[in-house]
Amino acid sequence: MTLTRAARRPLLRERRRETLYAIAFVLPAAIGFVAFYLTPAIRGVWLSFTSYDLFTPGEFVGGANYAKVVDDHVFWNALLVTLEYVVVNIGLQTAVALLLAALMQRLARSMVIRGILLVPYMVSGVVVALLWQWLLDYQIGIVNNALDFVGLPRQSFFGDPALAIVTVALINVWKSMGYTALLLFAGLQAIPKDVYEAAAIDGASEVKAFWRVSLPLLRPVLALVLIVSLIGSFQIFDTIAVTTKGGPVNATRVIYYYIYDLAFNRYDFGYASAIALILFVILLGVTLVQLRLTRANRSDLA
Amino acid sequence: MNRIRAGRVVGWVVLGLFLLITLFPFYWMLRTSFSTNGALPSHANSFLPAETTVDAYRRVLGLSSVNEALRQGGSTATVNFWLYLRNSFVVAISTTVVQTFFAALAAYAFARLRWPLRNFVFTLFLAALMVPPIFTTLPNFVLIRDLGLLNTFLGIVLPNLLMSPFAVFFLRQFFLNISHEIEEAARLDGAGHLRIFFRIIVPMSAAPIATLAILTYVAAWNDYFWPLLVGQDENVRVLTVALGIFKAQTPNGGPDWAGLMAATVIAALPVIVLFTLLGKRVINSIQFSGLK
Repeated sequence: MTLTRAARRPLLRERRRETLYAIAFVLPAAIGFVAFYLTPAIRGVWLSFTSYDLFTPGEFVGGANYAKVVDDHVFWNALLVTLEYVVVNIGLQTAVALLLAALMQRLARSMVIRGILLVPYMVSGVVVALLWQWLLDYQIGIVNNALDFVGLPRQSFFGDPALAIVTVALINVWKSMGYTALLLFAGLQAIPKDVYEAAAIDGASEVKAFWRVSLPLLRPVLALVLIVSLIGSFQIFDTIAVTTKGGPVNATRVIYYYIYDLAFNRYDFGYASAIALILFVILLGVTLVQLRLTRANRSDLA
Repeated sequence: MNRIRAGRVVGWVVLGLFLLITLFPFYWMLRTSFSTNGALPSHANSFLPAETTVDAYRRVLGLSSVNEALRQGGSTATVNFWLYLRNSFVVAISTTVVQTFFAALAAYAFARLRWPLRNFVFTLFLAALMVPPIFTTLPNFVLIRDLGLLNTFLGIVLPNLLMSPFAVFFLRQFFLNISHEIEEAARLDGAGHLRIFFRIIVPMSAAPIATLAILTYVAAWNDYFWPLLVGQDENVRVLTVALGIFKAQTPNGGPDWAGLMAATVIAALPVIVLFTLLGKRVINSIQFSGLK
C-alpha cells in the first residue's frame, strides 16, 4: 500500500509538470486565438445588433440591421452578383482543373509543368488584377488588339456591366486553375493502378476510363476541393478592389466588397457586421449542403 | 494504336496551350515594364519592348525627378517602391518567423503532451478555420485602432503573429507521426519537454516546418485586405497596398502602364524567385493537403 502511494506521487508530479509545460507551450497561440479570433467573433455578433459607426459608441438596435437587409436591394444585388461570380468561377475552374489534372496524370508528370501552372497562384491578387487590366485594356491591350486582328469588335471587359463580373471570374480561373489541378492530380495519383488495368482489359478507351473510373473514384477529393474553392470564391475582393471598385454601377459589387464599402467608406459598421454574419451563415450552409450532397467523407475505394 | 497516339498529340497540344496561357501574361508584364509609355500604342504588335528603356523602373523606385516622370507618362505623386519592398520584407519575414515558432510550440502541446481540455481547445482552434476572415476583421480593425496601432508594423502583423489555425493544424499532423520510442529514449536520458521539442521534434520536422514557413511567407507577402485597412501610411505601406494606390494615382486617360508593370514585376519577383528555388517542396505540400 505504502509502496504504491509512494510510486504514484512522482507520477502525479510528472503529470502536473506535463500540464504546466503544455499550458506554457500553448499560451502564445491561445492568446492570439482569444484576442484575434474568439473575442472579435463574439464582438462581431454584438456589433451586428448595434448602430456602431467607428467614432461614437453605438447603441443597441436589436434586429434593426437584419430588418434593413430585407429591403436593401444593393445587398440582394450583391448576393446575386457574388453567386454569378461563384458559378462562373467555380464551374469553369473545376472543369479546366480536371482536364489539366488528367493531362498531368496521363502525359506529363514533370514537376516543372506543375510548377509553371502554379505560378499565377503564388503571386498576389493585386498583381494579377493589374496585369490583366493591362492585357484587357480597351485601347492598346494585347487581347483587344488580337480581337481586332481577327476582325472581332473590341470589348470593354471591365466597363461593360454585362462583361465585368465574368471578366473578374475568368481572371481568377487563370490564377487558381493550376492550384486546383494540383489538388485533383494528387487525388488521381491515389487511385490504384489495377483499377485502370481492369478497365483497359475490358476494352475501355482512355477517355472512357476517365469518365467511368477516375471521376467516380475521385469524388471524395473533388468534393473537398469544391468546398474549399467555393468558400474562397465567395470571398472575392482583391481583383475587384483594384479594377472595378464594384462598378460599373453595381455590376461587380460582390458581397465582400459591399461589406468593406459599408464599413470603411460609409462607417456603417453595425450594418456591415450584420451582413458579414449573414455571409458566415451562408458559407456554413454551403459547406453542410455540399458535404451531404457529395458524401465527401465516404470513398468508393473503401 | 493510331487513335491512342492521336489522342496523345491532342493532349500535348492542349497542355502546351495552357502553359502558354499561363506564361504569356508574365512575359507581357516584363516586356511592358521595359517599354516607353509613349511608344506602347505604335508598337502594339511587337513582341519586343517598345523602345527599350529602364525608365519605368527608375520612376517607380523614386530615382527620377517629377518632371522626368511626367514626361515619361508617370504622375506627379511620388512613389518609392524601394521603401514598399522593404516594408513587405519586414511584414512577411516577421510574420513567418514568429508565427511558425509559436504555432510549432502549440502544435507540440497538442500532438505530444497530455493535458486536460486538450481536444476541446484544439477543436476550438479548428473551428476558427470556418469563420470567413471579414467577420473577425471588422472588430479586429476596431481593436487595432483603439490600441493606437494604425499605420504601425505591429498593427499590420499582430493578428497573424501569435497563431494561425492552419499552421497549428498543419504541424500537429506531422508531430503526431513522429515515433514515440525516440522520445521515450530521450526522456530516460533525463531530457525535459523543452529539450525534446528543440532537439528531437523540431530537427525531425525540419521539412514540414520549412514548407509551412514558405506558405506563410507567400500568404503574408500577398495579403492585401488587412494592410489596406491598417497600413496606408507611406512608412509602413506594403507592396500590395502601394500597387493599389499607384494604380489609383495614375492618370485615367493614359495610365502609366510601363510604370505599373515595372511595379508589379518588383512585387511579384521575390515570390517567383522563392517559388523557383523551393517550388518542389510547395508542390509536394499542396498535393499532400489535397489528400488529407
